[in-house]
Amino acid sequence: MVELLEALARGLGRGSIYALLALGFVIIFKATRVVSFAQPAFMLAGTVMVTYFIGTLGFWGALVAATALTALLALGVERAAVRPMVGKPPFVVAIITLGVDVAVRVVVNGYIGNDVRPMHDPWGLKAFDIGGITVQQRHVVIFVTAAIIVAALFAFFRYSRMGLAMRAASYDQEAALAQGVSVGAVFAVSWAMAGGLAAVAGTFAAAGESVDHLMWLTALVALPVIILGGLDSLAGAVVGGLIVGIVFEVTALYQKDMPWLGGNVSVISPYVVMLLVLLVRPYGLFGTREVERV
Amino acid sequence: MSNLEVVYDDVALVLRGISLGVAPGQIVALLGANGAGKTTLLRAITGLLDVHDGEITKGAVALDGAVISGRSPAALVRLGIGQVMEGRRIFAELTVEENLRLGGHTNRRKISEGLARTFDLFPVLAQRRKGTAGYLSGGEQQMLAMGRALMSAPRYLLLDEPSLGLAPKLVEQIRDLIVRINESGTAVLLVEQNATMALSIASHGYVMETGKIVLDKPSAELLADEDIREFYLGSHTTSFREVKHYQRRKRWLS
Repeated sequence: MVELLEALARGLGRGSIYALLALGFVIIFKATRVVSFAQPAFMLAGTVMVTYFIGTLGFWGALVAATALTALLALGVERAAVRPMVGKPPFVVAIITLGVDVAVRVVVNGYIGNDVRPMHDPWGLKAFDIGGITVQQRHVVIFVTAAIIVAALFAFFRYSRMGLAMRAASYDQEAALAQGVSVGAVFAVSWAMAGGLAAVAGTFAAAGESVDHLMWLTALVALPVIILGGLDSLAGAVVGGLIVGIVFEVTALYQKDMPWLGGNVSVISPYVVMLLVLLVRPYGLFGTREVERV
Repeated sequence: MSNLEVVYDDVALVLRGISLGVAPGQIVALLGANGAGKTTLLRAITGLLDVHDGEITKGAVALDGAVISGRSPAALVRLGIGQVMEGRRIFAELTVEENLRLGGHTNRRKISEGLARTFDLFPVLAQRRKGTAGYLSGGEQQMLAMGRALMSAPRYLLLDEPSLGLAPKLVEQIRDLIVRINESGTAVLLVEQNATMALSIASHGYVMETGKIVLDKPSAELLADEDIREFYLGSHTTSFREVKHYQRRKRWLS
């Protein structure tokens, strides 16, 4: 039981990271109807920036600076590579984002070098002991940070002028244009937000560990998360992220009792969950049901 | 606008040499059958041709003497051109108030003023303020679309088929609302298939057919016009007239 609770805590921590990543994907998808495969590169870029800034700015200072810079980077990519393709089929744009991903990662890998870059975050692997249950501090911090960010995002979309415009543009782009909403600005803001979210997620994914060339693979877990939650649902991204995080950790805990499964089953567990959900609800847990006439 | 020509996808010539004017404070009706190019004409004014791969190849749209064709839709809204799109196009997932706030997107300082004015004009919207817009009835949705367009305090309001799909009683209500909006100083360009309704409140009317203006007269004269009576006001009864129909149509086009 203690083990299970500990796994749940780890799962919530891991799930928060997935949730932030998935939110980036969903925000871009809602605005542009494109799944942006550039998110892993932004995550890696933001995380590497933090490892460079952390010595002078401290953890939070470095995180804020890296988030802002990654958002700017995403803004530039949107302007240079994606905006000219407005009106082209989403598939074309998705392939372009794949190219952007590779290009950005090559540059970032140059800054990682041959070695891994240590994170030097304030928590490392230190843990609290709550009534006999060991909870790692980094998992608590990421969970709280993610909760604050998610609350801020929901408030933004609910109450702010730009957030409202983004929701409207996602529902009916032409009608939003007719109200004087600048759809270009909507695209730009969504890319910047997604970039910033990826930077935060990456930084916490690396907390207590270090950054290497392969860290971008973490971001790919966001794909089963958004498909699980529904591509166009912010709430789905958050819930889906937490579910996948918990499934991952719980599988990791119990797989040793099932040796016939082999090792590292936890790595594929997000995809298994995704497949199961797709069988029952093809549009995801919270996604809009596609109404199509045949 | 003068001598306007619009091409879709580089091939389909939809408007050919359209000239039309709306004076400040006036109600002008634009009539025409399906596919005549009425909606395209509105898109040319509001800068929404791009979305449909359309392009103005000739002529220009002008506001207060300055050419405005080619400007962004947002800039045009700021210049005082509001529009209600065909089929209402309300944001069904958002609440009534959120829809209205979006209408005031370019006019953020006057949102509360605009809301007060809109709720005064459309009391039913005030009751449903927090309700989801998609659950409103057809008439209420039309009012919401009109209220949304008025949030930017436009000097010119373009209405595309406001009577579409509404019961006769609601059409009357919408008509009275258009008159009230006009009385507060907003010029209205009313695109309609319901010619009786449109001509009863407009001071001037245009009739479009396959991308051209074929008639351009004060609405009283249009109401009396034999062709209009036949094609739009529905007075034809016998089958012989169907034959004449075609001949007259040709005469218009020549």
